[in-house]
Amino acid sequence: MAFRLKLVPDETSIDFFRWRWLTNGVSIVGMIVSVILIVTMGLNFGIDFKGGTTIRTESSNAFEVSDYREALSGLNLSDLSITEVFDPTFGPDRHVAQIRIGTEGETGSVTPEELNRIEAALKQIDPQVMFASVESVGPKVSGELIKTAFYAVGAAALGILLYIWMRFEWQFAVGAVVALIHDVLLTVGIFAAFQIRFDLSTIAALLTILGYSVNDTVVVFDRLRENLVKFKSMPLIEVMNLTVNETLSRTVMTGVTTALALGAMLIWGGDVIRGFVFAMFWGVGVGIYSTVYLAKNIVLSLGVRRDWDKPVRGEKKELDELAGSPFRDAP
Amino acid sequence: MVQISAWKRIAILGVILLGLLYAMPNLFYQRVETHNDAVVAAERAGFESPEQAAARAQWPGWLPSSLVALGLDLRGGAHLLGEVNTAEVYASRMTALWPELRDDLAQSRDVIGPVRRVKGPADQLLVEIGNPDQMARAVEIARKLAAPVASLTGAGGSTLDITARGNTLIVQLSAAEKAATDDRTIQQSLEIVRRRVDEVGTREPTIQRQGKDRILIQVPGIGSAEELKALIGTTAKLTFNPVIGRGSDPDAAPGLGNIIVPSLDEPGVYYTLAEAPVVTGEDLTDARPGFDQNGAPSVDFRFGPQGARRFGAYTSANVGQPFAIVLDNQVISAPVIRQAITTGSGQISGAMDVTESNQLAVLLRAGALPAEMTFLEERTIGPELGQDSIDAGRKSAMIATVLVVGYMIASYGLFGVFASVAVITNVILILSVMGAIGATLTLPGIAGIVLTVGTAVDANVIIYERIREELRSGKSVVKSINDGFGEAMSAIIDANLTTFIAALVMFFLGSGPVKGFAVTLTIGLVTSVFTAIYFTRLMIVIWLEWRKPKTLVL
Repeated sequence: MAFRLKLVPDETSIDFFRWRWLTNGVSIVGMIVSVILIVTMGLNFGIDFKGGTTIRTESSNAFEVSDYREALSGLNLSDLSITEVFDPTFGPDRHVAQIRIGTEGETGSVTPEELNRIEAALKQIDPQVMFASVESVGPKVSGELIKTAFYAVGAAALGILLYIWMRFEWQFAVGAVVALIHDVLLTVGIFAAFQIRFDLSTIAALLTILGYSVNDTVVVFDRLRENLVKFKSMPLIEVMNLTVNETLSRTVMTGVTTALALGAMLIWGGDVIRGFVFAMFWGVGVGIYSTVYLAKNIVLSLGVRRDWDKPVRGEKKELDELAGSPFRDAP
Repeated sequence: MVQISAWKRIAILGVILLGLLYAMPNLFYQRVETHNDAVVAAERAGFESPEQAAARAQWPGWLPSSLVALGLDLRGGAHLLGEVNTAEVYASRMTALWPELRDDLAQSRDVIGPVRRVKGPADQLLVEIGNPDQMARAVEIARKLAAPVASLTGAGGSTLDITARGNTLIVQLSAAEKAATDDRTIQQSLEIVRRRVDEVGTREPTIQRQGKDRILIQVPGIGSAEELKALIGTTAKLTFNPVIGRGSDPDAAPGLGNIIVPSLDEPGVYYTLAEAPVVTGEDLTDARPGFDQNGAPSVDFRFGPQGARRFGAYTSANVGQPFAIVLDNQVISAPVIRQAITTGSGQISGAMDVTESNQLAVLLRAGALPAEMTFLEERTIGPELGQDSIDAGRKSAMIATVLVVGYMIASYGLFGVFASVAVITNVILILSVMGAIGATLTLPGIAGIVLTVGTAVDANVIIYERIREELRSGKSVVKSINDGFGEAMSAIIDANLTTFIAALVMFFLGSGPVKGFAVTLTIGLVTSVFTAIYFTRLMIVIWLEWRKPKTLVL
């Protein structure tokens, strides 16, 4: 027999609902902690959302952040912050700093004269320093971007909710969307906890997490629907356990390949995009967890109507009309 | 599911071959780019220099030569988001309307009495009437100046909103005309910006309208946003006005119909000028940099026939008088007219260096912006940083592919090889589709492709896991594969559609990097469903027909 790498044995019968109180509890605590972190620590908004200017400097000479700060202290820049950027892909003679300046006036951009003065001041302590990128966003645009970002995440969640509701049943839709909110909250929470820069690309990452998390959940739900029809007399909890066990191998497989791809990007993809990739990496992990536990816990507690053949009182007529219609689920 | 007709096979392989062919130029990016540039340059000039011919020969003309355009974050360049101050145009429309309205009202002076313009909001024309009981007559006269609004939507209505309050006649643009004017202003600004950027001749600039009154400008390869701003941020409104006086008080009362304008190179000097210009930059037909008789940089310009006639008439009637050359509300110079200038050409000199005279010539040739632009967003990305990002993206994409392929083969053996071939084909297809539809690859876009490498195998995994189950239940190899594909289909469709919803939202609501990511993600979804369902199936079916396996270990 040929060698096959199997992270999950062929037949598993893990009772995923045994620790339901624990997994639900972990999710709820995670969400509460995230909200607390977001409220108390706040998010480290990038200039996309806050307005202002960032300058990325590169130099072949090592520098101290305090030296830069001192060099720029005479320029009267509002809300100045300087951080050194480290990255495993940098060679020993590559030293990168990120300088951030708060908004000034309507357009929020530093004037060319100011930019020249900043460059001259830094050149004085390190003649090798150069500006790799300069970006300014005005407060007017940044306000709109925040609003659009909120709409985007909301619209995506709503679209997915509607789709699952049409395709499955409302209990599934609720389960999937609660799982979504869980994934997004936990991701935003970790951004607050570690004060990772939160900008437009983070929103793109959040939307990807939405898509991925639902993707995962939907594959399981799809199988669940099939099994609900196949094992009519089996209690719901057992059908669900069976379904998760059946799809476990696929969940792990896809989780691993996605983690491999994103992991490579996280390590070798460079620092410019690391925040973005990290958000996806983390979110995909959380997404797998919420698929296996949270989404189904919710469907279980909401219950699913399984007696499709027996008409409910008062709905008999409609069901009779539905018989033979393509919209009716196959027995 | 295990029968694929011959023409279907040809179609599947054809799509893949076509994809390979169209993705191939990206392997030779530099070469194809020089080739494309040479072709464009030769087309523009109308002839081909030997260097261009050599550059063109670097890539055979019969091969596809569409490349995936690289975004600013990968290529380096400048990005600006400008907002056009459309309300400015309302004010100038009112100013231009005044002489006409005054003349018309003056004709009925015996009925409505003397008229006088009074100060008011910039976008309104306020006229005091000597005989307020005849206001109805004045309104009627003013109405004659209105015309139906000309707009694409054809909403109709009048261009002017005319009301009266006490003895004051109030004229302003109607809401419909304001909207139509805004639209024209933006279109004009777009056109002028495009001309100015084209004048400096960089590759593939993006100049787009965004929202109601914004213009997005992305120019790859330009040194900095400041440079770009200097080029397109200047209104470059050139006028030649009669000089009334010269003083040092910026707040002096200029008198009706006159304006006070500061001097460019003499601090503290203010000129009083007649507001109505003799000729404007619109009358110019050409402007080029040169040097004046003292060897200082200058701009030589030439008027069209109409402008030349007006300028000639004015200068011959006002010999010995000064006139002012005004650029963007600053007097560049105010020479005295020594003799009538009838040749229709002239020179602007004073207080500029060679670069500035070059730039001014470009601006005058391209024309003035109809309204001022303020910049809401500016980004400059150095070319080195962009190259670093490309290198990092390429490296991590390769490592990701190797890892995923290795894992798939370790897990599924030969079927893992099939899936791997499909995944690599998928990346190639993404690149060729992007090149063909002219989508731009950004750094988040690269991340999107890498993510697709990880998720594209998902469809294969769903199918393979299903086949495994079918095999375990004791079905034959062919039947297992058949049912595996069939049963997995609904899960695959559902899973991809939900991701598609998220990508669609990103595309419509997102901007810049988010949009770039959404595009690659969406293309990746479509191509991965194709490679996972059709291409993998074709490979498996061919293998089945060839080996006719009795048993299958998956």
